[in-house]
Amino acid sequence: MPRDDVMKWLRAQFMPHIWCPGCGHGIIMHAILRALSSLGKNQDEVVISSGIGCSSRMPGYIDACTLHTAHGRSLAFATGVKLSNPKLTVIDVMGDGDCSAIGGNHFIHACRRNIGVCAIVMNNNIYGMTGGQASPTTPEGAFASTAPYGAVDPAFDICKLAIGAGATFVARATIAQPQMCEALIKKGIDHNGFSVIEIMTHCHTQFGRKNKRGKPIDNFNYFKDASVMKAKADAMSREDLRGKVVIGELHHAEGIEYTDRYKSVIEKARG
Amino acid sequence: MPRAEFWQGNKAIAVGGLDAGCRFFGGYPITPSTEIAEVMAEELPKYGGVFIQMEDEIGGIAATIGGSIAGKKAMTGTSGPGFSLKQELLGYAYIAEIPLVCVDVQRGGPSTGLPTKVSQGDVMQARWGTHGDHATIAFAPSSVQECYDLTVKAFNFSERFRQPVLIMADEVIGHMRERIVIPDASSLTIVNRKKPTVAHADFIPYLADEQDDIPPMAAFGDGYHWHVTGLTSNDWGFPTNNAPDIDKKITRILRKVERFRSEVVEYRAEGCEDADTLVVSYGCVSRSALRAVRELRSRGVKAGHFRPVTLWPFPDVELEKIVSDCGVKRVIVPELNMGQMFLEIERAIHGKAETFSRTLLNGELFKPAQIIKYIEEVA
Repeated sequence: MPRDDVMKWLRAQFMPHIWCPGCGHGIIMHAILRALSSLGKNQDEVVISSGIGCSSRMPGYIDACTLHTAHGRSLAFATGVKLSNPKLTVIDVMGDGDCSAIGGNHFIHACRRNIGVCAIVMNNNIYGMTGGQASPTTPEGAFASTAPYGAVDPAFDICKLAIGAGATFVARATIAQPQMCEALIKKGIDHNGFSVIEIMTHCHTQFGRKNKRGKPIDNFNYFKDASVMKAKADAMSREDLRGKVVIGELHHAEGIEYTDRYKSVIEKARG
Repeated sequence: MPRAEFWQGNKAIAVGGLDAGCRFFGGYPITPSTEIAEVMAEELPKYGGVFIQMEDEIGGIAATIGGSIAGKKAMTGTSGPGFSLKQELLGYAYIAEIPLVCVDVQRGGPSTGLPTKVSQGDVMQARWGTHGDHATIAFAPSSVQECYDLTVKAFNFSERFRQPVLIMADEVIGHMRERIVIPDASSLTIVNRKKPTVAHADFIPYLADEQDDIPPMAAFGDGYHWHVTGLTSNDWGFPTNNAPDIDKKITRILRKVERFRSEVVEYRAEGCEDADTLVVSYGCVSRSALRAVRELRSRGVKAGHFRPVTLWPFPDVELEKIVSDCGVKRVIVPELNMGQMFLEIERAIHGKAETFSRTLLNGELFKPAQIIKYIEEVA
């Protein structure tokens, strides 16, 4: 059982959740709740928005101001919430399809604006809820129900995309490092600007069974073996990094947060 | 003090929004509605409000919904293709019961169509554009003055009924400049959304008050935490697959407007007392139609004009009563589309008069002489 301070953040009446037994999303939700609790946040002032998909069902289980939006649009909703009331702590949880396919445009522009939202991307490389179709992060050659001969499209690297688009805090962990997930989420929430925490997770039900990772434990072992800390990765060759998952704090830059910037617009307009 | 201005319709819509209390605008540039966004970009920060140009039309309405949930009166504006793009999230705001005003300055379609030319091709999309059933409140202004007045009303209804309200303007009205009188701010009636009065522990977010079927709304940050979703939900706002809960939710969001229909529906009738021939038109077409009717009356022709100000709810009972009470023999419906409201008008009058649809789709506006000709042809 989670700690009492964590349980406070859970809508326990909705358990059991809809996720498959062994799904990684619960590990991520637990890390988010621990982070919120240890940051001393107030449920009335924390907004958790999401799009559509398995991961996006998470806000329904979190006892805060929760906003389950439309597929891909959560960051645009979250942008409106944050601008309307900058005092709110806004966290956006989404899947790889939400973030990098249908919501890709909102994602890069949220990065560019540096709006004070913490985006937590649960990347399981697949559309799980709809039955295992290829997503923009499905590795090239991996199998999916819409990629029966192996994925043809090259995959996105969500963290590189975020850094390129101007996000000021970018980090990655996997569900095999729950403590690191919590630590990075805390930093992301505390960061005054747009932060992206990509958490590599798995869908053994839809992705795993077609790609030799059919049991949850296969995925934990895979992530443990593939994870390389950024400091170590920096010294590795491109060849050695093939198939590895680089984890840790990947990018941290200074930048004025968007609602702070808009305050100066208000000052200018009021002369 | 009221003041006279010489403005275009789009500016009057923006200022009407500001005077109604709009403090959030999320939009995307599109002809012929862009001036609304431009005025908002300049004026909103002066009021401490927020303007954001989003990355696309969908982002524009998404941010607007977010801005409204966090407590600000919110608005978005668009035209033709942008209105198509906004449909999904209009549906979201209908089911999640989020107040907002969405302006569509209509241009020729389908698709990119005629960006700088007028049409009335979106009036059915306003009613049925998003999937699923919901109540629609849509105004069709026919003057710059109405652009202002109806935008204030649109905000009041959106706040009162907790749902989107549409301003179905058109390119002619949006870009036309004419005299407008801006009333003194203190003379305006302003409605704000109901807030919960109970403590958080007793707050059931979608439990409607019996007297109006509308649940009080707490903004995020108001000291309540609750769940908002586009899934069909129960009184607690959580998704449901339970048939009675689904039925309760959907029937209520339809009923909350329907039961106050008489306070929402608006129309103008002129020369109907003894009219043999009634012209029914809305938006910019009414300007030509009214001139035609007045000219014919001055020549002794018994012509009248009926103008729905709310396209939705359509003033069907009101129109039927005028047709029957006045013994109208013929109804002519000129529209800048292929007759989208014509069938609605036929439905309303139940065969009590002969009906004639007249359509124009070439990006031009009906001239009064054309409408005079239509009347003379059938009279």
